[in-house]
Amino acid sequence: MKRVRFPEGAKIPAVAVLIMIAALLPQVLNQYWIAVCVSVGLGALLSLSLNVILGQAGIFNMGHAAFYAVGAYVTAVLNTRLQIPVLWLLPAAGAAAGLCALLVARPIIHLRGDYLLIVTIGIVEIVRIALINDVGGLTGGANGIFGIARPEIFGVRIRRDIQFYYLIWGAVGLTVLLFSRLNRSRVGRALSCIKEDDIAAEGCGIDVARCKLLAFVLGASWAGMAGTLFAARMTIISPGSFTFWDSVLLFAAVILGGGSQAGVILGAFLVFGLPEIFRDFASARMLIFGLALMVMMVIRPQGILPPGSRRYDTGFLSRRERAAGDGRT
Amino acid sequence: MIPLLSLENVTKSFGGLIAVNDVSFRVEEGGIVGIIGPNGAGKTTVFNLVTGNYAPDNGDILFRGTSLVGRKPHEIVSLGVARTFQSIRLFPSLPVLENVLAGRHCRMNAGLIASMFHSPAQRREERAAVERAVRELEFVGLTDFLEDRAGNLSYGNRRLLEIARALASDPALIILDEPAGSMNQPETAVLVRLVRAVRDRGITVMLIEHDMGLVMQVCEKLIVLEYGVKIADGPPDAVRSDPRVIEAYLGQDD
Repeated sequence: MKRVRFPEGAKIPAVAVLIMIAALLPQVLNQYWIAVCVSVGLGALLSLSLNVILGQAGIFNMGHAAFYAVGAYVTAVLNTRLQIPVLWLLPAAGAAAGLCALLVARPIIHLRGDYLLIVTIGIVEIVRIALINDVGGLTGGANGIFGIARPEIFGVRIRRDIQFYYLIWGAVGLTVLLFSRLNRSRVGRALSCIKEDDIAAEGCGIDVARCKLLAFVLGASWAGMAGTLFAARMTIISPGSFTFWDSVLLFAAVILGGGSQAGVILGAFLVFGLPEIFRDFASARMLIFGLALMVMMVIRPQGILPPGSRRYDTGFLSRRERAAGDGRT
Repeated sequence: MIPLLSLENVTKSFGGLIAVNDVSFRVEEGGIVGIIGPNGAGKTTVFNLVTGNYAPDNGDILFRGTSLVGRKPHEIVSLGVARTFQSIRLFPSLPVLENVLAGRHCRMNAGLIASMFHSPAQRREERAAVERAVRELEFVGLTDFLEDRAGNLSYGNRRLLEIARALASDPALIILDEPAGSMNQPETAVLVRLVRAVRDRGITVMLIEHDMGLVMQVCEKLIVLEYGVKIADGPPDAVRSDPRVIEAYLGQDD
């Protein structure tokens, strides 16, 4: 009988090894590669947040950079004008991005995938153009905002890339932990059902519109918080960092990765890290990237690492059967 | 006493076609009610009106005195009306157990934050939901397939799984749309026993079925539709001898 399962049991050593490698990596890398790893970390954070929307709920969102921008700009404006410490602004950035997502998605969340895709493309363009047009005199137009303060944790000022490496990959780790718990819950299950067949989901009692909205707002507010980390690292932000193209790359990272968290992080490495490795072939980079995506879609359309199934502790069944002295298998 | 379900002059048309025309009937608590009628008589439309997939053009649908008109399907499920689909609609790539847990969703409360942090209340609720889902699978006899994907089940077992999923939502009324469709003889026998066992749990069963043998065997009351109009209702024996019914439906077989 294979019913008794220990959830996550076998995964623990593998995760521990990965954390060790991630912790020791900056000690062997040079400045340049640490900087690349920091960018990949931000990409991974954003891809994980998009994964809740796209991978788990199946909502086609190609405007994710819009929420990243909202978080980054809220952080930049509040920090430069009111001198609020950057990391304290994480909740504000998350809330602002989440609120924007709520307002925007509420009327369109019931739309079919392709229509939704077009609307989200519209959103990211609207946000970018609004930032360039210096809405409310707050965003600094095309030049953006300068002089965002460095973050401080327990009195340590985070300045060097190696420090950002630990900050951002720590955030990635926390995100993986929280989102994998979310996945193994009522909400995560509901999203899987909706992605599979939304009419059946509604018909068996799942509030489809509410769950989709929940996923959209959560993913967006997470992207907003990633925006805070981005603003803190760059100290200068401008509309050029939040284009439609950035949204497409995030979309590609999630689709390429296949929807599991490990897959999505791998996808972020491929999309944001690989181009750096092939910098010598700069002119052919996009060609290779596009080709790789096409090949991928043909030979493995489900992505590199599609999500596995959730585990449930049904051990009580065999205990009960033993107690009843029932020999059925 | 307020009936469990009552339709009052319900009309629904699609373009020029009147699928359900001024239909009224009542379903009392307890028992097994069958809706029969020739193809295209509007049986599935009636079900879709009750479950909120369609809104009636006219008339009212009351469940325990509360109007269901204008409510979304998921709200109607939480009020206590569960359904199965004519063309089975499971979540084929998800495990059997999760399909049943999906039916339990509307009776669970854990929100986003509790789900992300796995709060003690969330863990308790989750454990109870899994136990309940397993009990429903025991009830329909699918415990051996807990971890299989729903899409890998045999046709008959998929029907049973849909019933287990509906039962997990604690319904007072369960609506089965052609539960014996494409089932073989032994599978149908299992289904008959199951439908009776569901009734014995105090859950009212409403079903559409083409297999007249099965309908006459299990149903305690029949409602007969033809061209969207109700032409008869009552106990099977009375309906069987109703001349309009014989002409419209049964007469064609003999």
